[in-house]
Amino acid sequence: MEQAPPDPERLLQPAPLEPLGNPDAGLESVVVEEADRPRDEGPGDGTMTENNFWLKKIEISVSEAEKRTGRNAMNMQETYTAYLIETRSVEHIDGQSVLTDSLWRRYSEFELLRNYLLVCYPHIVVPPLPEKRAEFVWHKLSADNMDPDFVERRRIGLENFLLRVASHPILCRDKIFYLFLTQEGNWKETVNETGFQLKADSRLKALNATFRVKNPDKRFTELKHYSDELQSVISHLLRVRARVADRLYGVYKVHGNYGRVFSEWSAIEKEMGDGLQSAGHHMDVYASSIDDILEDEEHYADQLKEYLFYAEALRAVCRKHELMQYDLEMAAQDLASKKQQCEELATGTVRTFSLKGMTTKLFGQETPEQREARIKVLEEQISEGEQQLKSKNLEGREFVKNAWADIERFKEQKNRDLKEALISYAVMQISMCKKGIQVWTNAKECFSKM
Amino acid sequence: MSPRPALAPTVPRLRSGRGAGAGPAGEAQDAREPMGTLGGAGLAAAAGRARTLGMEGECPAPPARSSGLPAGGAGAESPGGDAPLPGSSGSSALLQAEVLDLDEDEDDLEVFSKDASLMDMNSFSPMMPTSPLSMINQVKFEDEPDVKDLFITVDEPESHVTTIETFVTYRIITKTSRGEFDSSEFEVRRRYQDFLWLKEKLEEAHPTLIIPPLPEKFIVKGMVERFNDDFIETRRKALHKFLNRIADHPTLTFNEDFKVFLTAQAWELSSHKKQGPGLLSRVGQTVRAVAFSMRGVKSRPEEFMEMNNFIELFSQKINLIDKISQRIYKEEREYFDEMKEYGPIHILWSASEEDLADTLKGVAGCIDRCCKATEKRMSGLSEALLPVVHEYVLYSEMLMGVMKRRDQIQAELDSKVEALTSKKADTDLLTEEIGKLEDKVECANNALKADWERWKQNMENDLKSAFTDMAEESIRYYEQCLATWESFLTSQTGHHLEEASEDQF
Repeated sequence: MEQAPPDPERLLQPAPLEPLGNPDAGLESVVVEEADRPRDEGPGDGTMTENNFWLKKIEISVSEAEKRTGRNAMNMQETYTAYLIETRSVEHIDGQSVLTDSLWRRYSEFELLRNYLLVCYPHIVVPPLPEKRAEFVWHKLSADNMDPDFVERRRIGLENFLLRVASHPILCRDKIFYLFLTQEGNWKETVNETGFQLKADSRLKALNATFRVKNPDKRFTELKHYSDELQSVISHLLRVRARVADRLYGVYKVHGNYGRVFSEWSAIEKEMGDGLQSAGHHMDVYASSIDDILEDEEHYADQLKEYLFYAEALRAVCRKHELMQYDLEMAAQDLASKKQQCEELATGTVRTFSLKGMTTKLFGQETPEQREARIKVLEEQISEGEQQLKSKNLEGREFVKNAWADIERFKEQKNRDLKEALISYAVMQISMCKKGIQVWTNAKECFSKM
Repeated sequence: MSPRPALAPTVPRLRSGRGAGAGPAGEAQDAREPMGTLGGAGLAAAAGRARTLGMEGECPAPPARSSGLPAGGAGAESPGGDAPLPGSSGSSALLQAEVLDLDEDEDDLEVFSKDASLMDMNSFSPMMPTSPLSMINQVKFEDEPDVKDLFITVDEPESHVTTIETFVTYRIITKTSRGEFDSSEFEVRRRYQDFLWLKEKLEEAHPTLIIPPLPEKFIVKGMVERFNDDFIETRRKALHKFLNRIADHPTLTFNEDFKVFLTAQAWELSSHKKQGPGLLSRVGQTVRAVAFSMRGVKSRPEEFMEMNNFIELFSQKINLIDKISQRIYKEEREYFDEMKEYGPIHILWSASEEDLADTLKGVAGCIDRCCKATEKRMSGLSEALLPVVHEYVLYSEMLMGVMKRRDQIQAELDSKVEALTSKKADTDLLTEEIGKLEDKVECANNALKADWERWKQNMENDLKSAFTDMAEESIRYYEQCLATWESFLTSQTGHHLEEASEDQF
């Protein structure tokens, strides 16, 4: 689904950054062909994507994670994990890839990138980052951020994030994103220099708009409902899944005790000894098989988590719409009241209460000249207001159009990805059952030979 | 039903009178087997001894020098055990001489000879492993002729409330073709106390035989009340097992008290209970027993040392296995409880989705079906494995008691021998007493040895069956789940074969 870069959106972007083309090399932007590679937008299936900044296809991978210590802003020592991002460009002819860029980033820099994208592309459902802290953890997994399993899953999540951004028709063209992958030093300063924080809508303003907006687009209201439901149901599902995993772990591991006792018991048995001993071994195999099974399930849980966080991104787009709509409604309301004021002044009738009217009553009428002056000011304001309203209207409509296009794109991606995830869950269950059948068949044979 | 008077020494072999037990060699029917390979001489001599001992009424068992105890008896198939042991043909020769001398019990002989001829056919039948549960209510084997002639069921627990107490009675139905029973079918009601009485009587009569264990009086741990349905059902099953095990035991099955237990009406049973050694004499016995056990086991023969070691270790292991099995059940129950919630969430989710709805509903359906399969697995565990393992926990306690009693009997002998060597009392009297005690000890040891072999065989069969059943249940569970998920997968990936092949995690 090709999306033409919308113009109003350009207005929101800070001037110095050219989304198209590398200012240094003056490379031509390559038109991205979206239509025939819906797959590439998915995570994990392939790391190849096309990007405007490179003439050739690129591969992005977060290949390593490393513990580092450094000093933070308050000059206190801290430990953090850094991730190695490698970008490769792929030669069309022979499919070989050449490493073009490689740098280290920490999680906070990913967050900065995402915040930047959120502010500058409010009509896009911006891909989410993997969770900052481990949640929905079942008891065996640690909730410690430094735990190697958590770090590994986070590495995969971060890679996924970059791939999602790189395969998004609009986001992939962003300069800051490009620099994130290529400019190690000073990147943070560059981002901050764009002044994007100033453009961020205050939370309070957004909340206010949500409550007071009168006529939001119905589709966005429905979408907000949907995202609430999605978030609630996936959270619930993840919680129960964690508990089920816990219990399943218990069932498998207790069987391991049989292994030990059978082995000890076999020492005093003559005929049964061999059978017991080997059956015990199979019980051990059974007990230890749960570790791999649950590790695989963790990946499934991560796939669901991504969409849990995507729900928040959806809500962000809805909020932006409500804000813009509210803004529009306020502007229209303001314009209407100014027009009325003007009319009242012109005709001399006071239909509405106004301070001016009161003071006039109390302190005497104003002079005709004063009145004229005020009318003129108002008329100017009205004309300005009308212009603004027009452009706000236009902005609003553009926003709705573009946002909805991205939402449709997102919906298809979500349906594809989640269906794939559910199917992979079934595949995992099948593999678990097959292992179970094998182990217990072996055990049964041992028992019957006792 | 009045108790039979103390019978002529030879008779005890066929049925147990009070105080005179029929030993393991009581397989009179086995005696009929013409293929006695072991020499009967020594055995016949032992049989002679039995005559004198029988008068005492205290001999726990007539001497059965053969160590091989045939698994057969009135019930050739013990609950869970079923092969006629290799030793069976040996001991069969033992009683040939004895049994032929019995004129007064032609009727019984009829019955036994019938069984014995059946045994002939059985002695070469291959071992047929069957689960303990299938044994209990089984009437016939397809391949083997029916050798059981006593069928007992325990059911219909009923609560009774009196001014003094509340208690539960169980209905016991006995069907039999044996001659010494007045009728072929009996129905009585018994309470737990009555079962306790029976067990005590059996232990008294056969101190070194391995009496089947009774379910516990009450479960201390947990919040199980005496009248909780699950508790009563578990107890009922265990009581049923208890009686059937006695019925299948070659010696115990002919015990008089057992017969009274099965057939007497309530008032008859009470009056029967009142007879027999009074409380004081029983106390006296206990005191003597304690005194003797304090002397320690100085001269326990090697094989009983081994036996004791085995019992100790076995007891440890079976207790552990019991704990592990209970724990597995608990974990599976908790897993089941969580799974119940898991499926419906997917249904809830499908309500807000369009394209995904079918897939989500499919997953929900699979999870629910796996949930049901888990339930089945659990109930299989609680029926096939847990009661069997628990019974052997109780058996191991019982065995320790048997070892103690054997040691006591030996201690009695040892003390008298000591007294003789120190010339403390009348040597002639002592020598006579010692003679009797020596026989008693030999009796006891042989009874135990024979019963031990039988018990071990049963134990191996029972536990093997139980574990095999557990494995089968697990296989079935996984097969069911596999089928469910595979059919879901086919329905989903029918049109999306590409996606399926890429889903290699």
